[in-house]
Amino acid sequence: MRYSGFKVFTEGLTGNKGWKPVWRDPKPKSEYDIVLIGGGGHGLSTAYYLAKNHGLTNIAVLEKGYIGGGNVGRNTTIVRANYSLPGNSEFYSHSLKLWENLESELNYNVMHSQRGLINLFHSDGQRDAFARRGNAMINQGDDAILLDREGVRQHLPYLDFDNIRFPVYGGLLHPRGGTARHDAVAWGYARGADKRGVDLIQNCEVTGIDIEGGQVRGVRTSRGVIRAKKVAMVAAGRSGQVAAMAGMRLPIESHILQAFVTEGLKPVIHHVVSFGMGHFYISQSDKGGLVFGGDLDFYSSYAQRGNLPMKEHVMEAAMTLMPMIGKARVLRSWGGIMDMSPDGSPIIDKTHIDGLFVNCGWNYGGFKAVPASGWAYAHLIATGEPHETAKRYRLDRFRTGRGIMDEEGTGSQHNLH
Amino acid sequence: MRLICPHCGERDRREFTYQGAAEILDRPSREVGNDDWADYLHLRENPAGETKDMWYHDPCGAWIVVHRDTVTHAVHSGELASEVRK
Ligand SMILES: Cc1cc2nc3c(=O)[nH]c(=O)nc-3n(C[C@H](O)[C@H](O)[C@H](O)COP(=O)(O)OP(=O)(O)OC[C@H]3O[C@@H](n4cnc5c(N)ncnc54)[C@H](O)[C@@H]3O)c2cc1C
Ligand SMILES: [Zn+2]
Repeated sequence: MRYSGFKVFTEGLTGNKGWKPVWRDPKPKSEYDIVLIGGGGHGLSTAYYLAKNHGLTNIAVLEKGYIGGGNVGRNTTIVRANYSLPGNSEFYSHSLKLWENLESELNYNVMHSQRGLINLFHSDGQRDAFARRGNAMINQGDDAILLDREGVRQHLPYLDFDNIRFPVYGGLLHPRGGTARHDAVAWGYARGADKRGVDLIQNCEVTGIDIEGGQVRGVRTSRGVIRAKKVAMVAAGRSGQVAAMAGMRLPIESHILQAFVTEGLKPVIHHVVSFGMGHFYISQSDKGGLVFGGDLDFYSSYAQRGNLPMKEHVMEAAMTLMPMIGKARVLRSWGGIMDMSPDGSPIIDKTHIDGLFVNCGWNYGGFKAVPASGWAYAHLIATGEPHETAKRYRLDRFRTGRGIMDEEGTGSQHNLH
Repeated sequence: MRLICPHCGERDRREFTYQGAAEILDRPSREVGNDDWADYLHLRENPAGETKDMWYHDPCGAWIVVHRDTVTHAVHSGELASEVRK
């Protein structure tokens, strides 16, 4: 079924009885050409582009829970291309271009809203760092505008500009940055992949990876053995456990990241805004809730819920930057498992086992990467060669020391990125 | 989450700084090759469940190996890193 305004109109007139489930619920076959482990954003977009760009459709996406139940449905939905290091710059730039065409590509409303992103700075040193980042973004062909204090005031009049400790000096505006509806991205790619013949198999946990003579043969799952010529791991926060099934250890530590949402309010925050002096960033969802977050809880965890100290810190930072937020009531908080890498950048690569591929290390920035990661991973799986935009995302960079991409310059410790 | 310092007892998590998995205590010898060193620095077991990791207790300055659960956040014990390394 193609969605359109006309369709919504006619369905409205006929009691909305014509809407059907948008993907099948197939039984796993005994064999596929390609099996993807993990039905999150990256697994689904990979399946979609394998089918669309490479004509490969004898594919299963195996998801242990339900589609959209992982981080793809737990994040704070920020989409941006404001990276500064070669490797990341071209990749996220490509991703943003795919985002800008995603709704017509998928015939699905992912509510991509380029409302502009402002990273605030509060010292001369930070201004210099953001000026440099902005130049890197412009060199990459993306957009960046360095705002002074008055420039920021025009966009965000509600900030506490003269805060005694952290006065606002200015901000880096990325006009094409914004947000999207996270579930819709998962659903849109799922629908597109299913329509092209990919089997999306939910409630199917991979429990083992079969390898014979250095070649992958398939997987064992809670729904039986499935043979496959190629197996692609794409399990985000659970990458460590999946790789262990192939006898591998990854340069990944899994950490908890929390997020918060308030009751629905009338439009008040029109951009994505991040504080430069504490862990706090915010946007307002189309439903009206203020969606905000901070940094990791800083210790490894698979609990999908955080602890109070980071909640306290985030609330304090919010009150420091925009005291008006004290009037809003927080409704919910939750957490997701982040696959933190030693340099804060991802991995899209082959492994030392023939036919086994790895995609992980998305840290807390993997939502915006969903289109480009699927594009590049599909290319790698189909052709055996890394895609142009992702050729620096090598697994061996931590061994050779070549091509480490540490955007924040915090060094080789997983929780510091 | 409250962690256990052998010197100070059970304390609020805010008093501690996290370093990472206690695998970091198994330092390879100087003679082994670059690959072993690279693996030591970067690769992790990353267990879902029981784990041992390194925490620094800011008030007393002790490095502690904490035995805890990454799924439930239960904390079982804390030992001085200097004792564990012996
Ligand atoms: C609170 C929070 C805020 C965030 N904010 C942003 C943001 O603003 N912008 C941004 O770009 N990114 C953000 N992120 C990061 C982003 O959500 C993740 O990097 C990204 O979603 C990870 O990729 P994924 O969608 O494929 O992961 P997931 O959706 O987690 O997919 C992995 C899937 O693998 C499945 N799986 C695991 N093990 C197995 C197994 N053995 N067998 C079968 N299936 C298995 C899981 O069930 C899961 O569904 C945020 C994350 C969190 C938690
Ligand atoms: Zn102590």
